[in-house]
Amino acid sequence: MPLLRTVLLRLIGTAITLFGVAVIVFVVIRVVPGNPIAMMLPPGATEADIARLEALYGFDKSIFEQFVIWLTGVVQGDFGTSISARQPVSHLVLNRLPATLELSMLALTIAVLAGGSMALLGTLYRDSKTEGLIDVTAGMALSIPDFLWGLVLILIFGVLWPVFHISGRISPSLNIDFTTNFYLIEALVRLRFDVVGDLIAHMFMPALALGIPLAAIISQLLKQSLKETMHLDYVTLARSKGYSERNVILREALPNAILPTLTLVGVQFTFLIGGTVIIERLFSYEGLGNMAIDAVINRDLPLIQGIVILFALLFTLINLAVDMLYTVLNPRLRHA
Amino acid sequence: MRDAQKEMRRPLGLRLWLSGGWLFALAVGAILAPLIAPHNPLAQDLFAARLPPFWDAKAEPGFWLGTDSLGRDVLSRILYGSRLALFVALVAGTLTCAVGATLGMIAGYYRGWPDRIISRFVDIWMAFPPVLFAILLIAVLGTGIVSIIIAIVIIDWTRFARVIRAEALGQSAMDYVASAKIAGRTKFSTMLTEIFPNVLPSIIALLTLEMGISVIIEAILSFVNLSISTDSPTWGGMISEGRTSVHQAWWVLVFPLITLFLTVLSFSQLGEGLKDRFDPVLR
Repeated sequence: MPLLRTVLLRLIGTAITLFGVAVIVFVVIRVVPGNPIAMMLPPGATEADIARLEALYGFDKSIFEQFVIWLTGVVQGDFGTSISARQPVSHLVLNRLPATLELSMLALTIAVLAGGSMALLGTLYRDSKTEGLIDVTAGMALSIPDFLWGLVLILIFGVLWPVFHISGRISPSLNIDFTTNFYLIEALVRLRFDVVGDLIAHMFMPALALGIPLAAIISQLLKQSLKETMHLDYVTLARSKGYSERNVILREALPNAILPTLTLVGVQFTFLIGGTVIIERLFSYEGLGNMAIDAVINRDLPLIQGIVILFALLFTLINLAVDMLYTVLNPRLRHA
Repeated sequence: MRDAQKEMRRPLGLRLWLSGGWLFALAVGAILAPLIAPHNPLAQDLFAARLPPFWDAKAEPGFWLGTDSLGRDVLSRILYGSRLALFVALVAGTLTCAVGATLGMIAGYYRGWPDRIISRFVDIWMAFPPVLFAILLIAVLGTGIVSIIIAIVIIDWTRFARVIRAEALGQSAMDYVASAKIAGRTKFSTMLTEIFPNVLPSIIALLTLEMGISVIIEAILSFVNLSISTDSPTWGGMISEGRTSVHQAWWVLVFPLITLFLTVLSFSQLGEGLKDRFDPVLR
């Protein structure tokens, strides 16, 4: 069973990577100057008060002991207690994760739709001015990172032509009593389309900013693969059978050209999620990334650790999933 | 050698001219900032707050791009801000390139356990959200220009290591590497004389790209107020201020944003253009 072997090896690799992330975060964070415990207490606190609280958070033990205690907890799903919010880290982090996931998924959808249609258009009108225009657009879109696109979008659609919200996740007046934190999905399920509209109006700008560079990458790579496929025999055969050019591209070329793009989209999707940190800040979107920056500013060590580990887990899982999908979808690897 | 001379005479192309021209102008502006900036970038004047740019009827002469909410001259602040941006671009870009490319070459050419260790670190690094990592490092190192540079090198060396490793891996299968080995040269000397010149085009293209990325990281750090002391003018700091007062004074956001946009675009276009020129296949 070569597939099982690959899965197993990849799982071990993933575990080692996650352990490495945990060690590095733990060490880096412990070097932070300024005593977070002293910051929690009012100015009149005595040495004994500080020592008592340090013991409560485990900061009185050696770094190695702290790491072992923390890692044992993490494996059991206990990420410690946030210093600034005084709530379990796992609780805080899991409350914010849905907001970031929804934003990232919307951004990915935008990127796939926009990049995919650009690639298809470019292939349909290849070697024409349209293709040239698509190449230039994609080149521009790729050179500018999400942070700058976010600012440009704020200017255009927030100030010059204010059609979208540029801050927050939902209008307070429409905040129905959500039972989950997947607002968008829940609003869809409960058929509250006014709420869905409001959520999209808030998410569209940050999602677009995140999606533009990825759309450009998809457009370039998929068009490249499509154009290579267009010269192959079975495509010529389909064409000679009288299929229209559009049908040839969609039915024959696309399914065969999509694999290289798929692998790349996996890695790039993790970059996109990494981008949510600053984009959420820019659009005051209440997600994980925005909380992460606050955690760093507040020197909330347990919270920082929890967020970084969660991001790392998400990234490695996505890469793992894409690798598996590639193995399953690639006919050459399937029969190996 | 003759080829190289012919190469020099070939027209540079519009892309290289435009991007190179903008970066050159910016560099001149940064160096001469104390001489050409119309105002002290830190001088506040609340009676001259939120003055619009020169074409507006309410503009005051001398404040070409208007003033911010504290009455500081936007043009002067952009000019002074470009000093930090370009310094960080040059130093952090070069250092990141040196560290990443060296590790990438070692991993790709030596293979074996150096490769396993370096690649493992690359994997770990890829699991970090880069912006969060940078912010965390600044929190640890403290604000300041040295911290920014160290943070950029630490978070971004993998970009070079990954690409150059793959290239070096390809190069080490080439005949000339094998013949250098037969000629009795040491691995280290072969790496310097055979591998390095052949991966140089990729290094140069990545280097200019990295300079643009360094400018962005510095802007992001100053945007969240974690770059250098809050008094000094930075593009990111101006953008952050401009973001909050965009409905009252759009120019405080727009001008630094255009500057940052053109600079990042120029660095990446310069890299693309240089890559095409250096690519032996395209040549």
